[in-house]
Amino acid sequence: MPESFKIALAGNPNAGKTTLFNRLTGARQHVGNYPGVTVEKKEGIYNSTSGASINIVDLPGTYSLTAYSVEEVVARDFLIHEKPRVVINITDAANLERHLYLTCQFLELGVPVVIALNMIDVARDRGISIEVARLADLLNVPIVAISARSGEGVDELLQVVEKVAQANQDWEPVYIAYGEDIDGAILEMEKQIEANSFLTDTYSSRWLALKYLENDKQVIEKGRSFAGRHDQEKVADCLEDKVEEVGKHVLATMETYPEAIVADHRYGYIKSILRQGVITHTYDEDRLYTSDRIDRVVTNQIFGPIIMLAVLLGLYHFTFTYSELPVSWLESLFGWLAGFFERLLPDGHLKSLLVSGIIGGVGGVMGFVPIIMFMFFGIAILEDSGYLARVAFMMDRVFRIFGLHGSSVMAYIISGGIAGGCAVPGVMATRTLRSPRERMATLLTAPFMNCGAKLPVLALMIGTFFSNNQAQVMFMLTLLAWVVALLVAKLLRLTVLKGEPTPFVMELPPYRLPTFRGLAIHTWEKTWQYIRKAATVILGASILIWVTMTFPGLPDSQKLVFENQRQEISASYAELNGQLHAEGSSVPVSQELTRQLAAIEAAQAGQALRHSLAGRLGRSLESITWLAGFDWRTNIALVGGFAAKEIVLSTLGTAYSLGGVDVEKGGSLSKTLAADPSWDKAKAFSLILFIMFYSPCFVTVVCIIKEAGSWKWGAFSMAFNTVFAMLLSTSVYQLCRLLGLGG
Amino acid sequence: MVSRIMLREMAKGQSGTIASVKVAGELGRRIREMGMVPGTTIKIQGRAPLNDPVALRVMGGTLTLRNNEADYIEVEVE
Repeated sequence: MPESFKIALAGNPNAGKTTLFNRLTGARQHVGNYPGVTVEKKEGIYNSTSGASINIVDLPGTYSLTAYSVEEVVARDFLIHEKPRVVINITDAANLERHLYLTCQFLELGVPVVIALNMIDVARDRGISIEVARLADLLNVPIVAISARSGEGVDELLQVVEKVAQANQDWEPVYIAYGEDIDGAILEMEKQIEANSFLTDTYSSRWLALKYLENDKQVIEKGRSFAGRHDQEKVADCLEDKVEEVGKHVLATMETYPEAIVADHRYGYIKSILRQGVITHTYDEDRLYTSDRIDRVVTNQIFGPIIMLAVLLGLYHFTFTYSELPVSWLESLFGWLAGFFERLLPDGHLKSLLVSGIIGGVGGVMGFVPIIMFMFFGIAILEDSGYLARVAFMMDRVFRIFGLHGSSVMAYIISGGIAGGCAVPGVMATRTLRSPRERMATLLTAPFMNCGAKLPVLALMIGTFFSNNQAQVMFMLTLLAWVVALLVAKLLRLTVLKGEPTPFVMELPPYRLPTFRGLAIHTWEKTWQYIRKAATVILGASILIWVTMTFPGLPDSQKLVFENQRQEISASYAELNGQLHAEGSSVPVSQELTRQLAAIEAAQAGQALRHSLAGRLGRSLESITWLAGFDWRTNIALVGGFAAKEIVLSTLGTAYSLGGVDVEKGGSLSKTLAADPSWDKAKAFSLILFIMFYSPCFVTVVCIIKEAGSWKWGAFSMAFNTVFAMLLSTSVYQLCRLLGLGG
Repeated sequence: MVSRIMLREMAKGQSGTIASVKVAGELGRRIREMGMVPGTTIKIQGRAPLNDPVALRVMGGTLTLRNNEADYIEVEVE
């Protein structure tokens, strides 16, 4: 009778886990999160030939099961609490010794394991031959040699898995000898644990004792809280004392640590097995593989950085050049939709809500979709090929100074490190960073970069007030963004994200040609996550922003004033037209009329905006923002800029009663600002700084919340960035005033 | 002649056998779980543009390590 059961897929990062998972489950995947953490949980269904439906959970890639990183805690807790029927332990045949370290820990835990000896074809090419049957005998675990990439051996692997799952055996932990000191301590601690039934419902006594000796923070904490609940503080004390005693002893006698002894013995166990004729090398082990040859050039001390710059620029151009066309399609689609409802619906709030609020808001957000798709396709190529790890390797020395990680460079560049990126994919790209504090510091500072939406605003300000050296000013602002992002990152790492740097012990995986299937799945996942967000949270926020800029509407008395003006003008022109017509001359009066009517329309819109909630907010903020030189019009524009930075221009246009300003042709706005005596270089520079560094747009904030795993970080970035930008703008503005600069 | 030096002092292309890893905690664990335990043979594959981090060949794979992390590792070289 076919049944359904759950298995886990586990292994080191770079073992080919994702490739195997994609091959087994194809499109039948579900991506979620493990409760309470930002680690992705991927599940999928595999229907076996015998009709069993196998639920496969893809555990995060880890090197160990000791709880240091979130990934390790998640993987271990899943095995212990969900008890999958089988664990497929995917290992790299060409790097077997290191990959068996994790295998040892599955065996010690006791969970039924089937080893998938992946990349057997690569190993063969490298002249490594493995006696699979012999290894299986020695480890007492079924092993199947596979190539997840070509599909070789995968069917057989699943047949073996099904067989093991059907046997449904009890967990049988394997005992590895750790030498006199450790083994003696384990025995003593086991007695204690068993006599008091200390956590024995969850863990086996030997495993628990071993984790104590490995100084596993999660287990020790669990022991503490269990002791508290069951009045067994003495047992917990006793266990911890024993660990301390052993620690002191081995430090004094052998200058080492219990956890080091455990690791050494695990590798000793692996070596003792592999030495029994399991692996033979046909070629010299130190032979340079193709991958090493590529690295000689690509990570060369001189050529490396040049090639890296070229690759990053290439990625950038690929994304922002090729996504232009689909972005324009989407824009015209939403433009068409807006036009359609514009004609269909009568004037009023419903029309305004639908056209400006919903279609405008969601359309603006959906406009990012092609950029995200292209960007993640590019990143997937860099990641799957192994190049991203090299970038981290080369950049680490610089970024470490600021408390970041070599991998932070990607997020910065995507966000606009080369002016014109976008912080949304930038924040999402921090997922490739595995160091939690460095990752947080990166994702909180990446929005400081000059994204594509800030550019038109900056360009207008520069064009109006610094027209003599536009290119230099723009370049200076790009540099400034980097300096500020790095310094703020350092500040965060010294304060709210304080902590030791995460070790950089990292693998440089061999270069591989990415598979199209892998790239497609990777890209689609990211894009879909984004679209889902756009459809829910962002829709709500669009409506909210529309409401603040629309309500309360102008009182009827004021509307009447504008209405009267309109009628007056129309009437006077009708009269004029009649006269001219009688005289027989044809003058394009209607054009002049349209112009004047538009002016009234714009004045009314400006007045309405001033009267709205956003306008009131803008005016009440004047009491603070005058310090930085901003009046209420600028304030409203900045409030609007929270929806999307490019909105700053159109809102400023409306506030100056110019009608909505087309982003591409800010001509009249530029003239108005240049002619306005309240504007000068100091105010323009102050505004440029504020726009660069104040709160990220709300799409980015939503992404920060999602990536950081808590709305608090979203709120933090809004508040912190705005206060920071305000302080910066105010000091610069006041300093300029003081020095008499600006005019 | 066999002598003991710190990993940081090794030249590019030089190989040796790890003699001791004198650090506990997260860093020690990361170093050991990647296979850098006493008795393992390593070879310096290269250094990043600013001479830090360093890339090593360990058990058929390539690992990277910052110089200040490599300072806990003592190596026996010929």
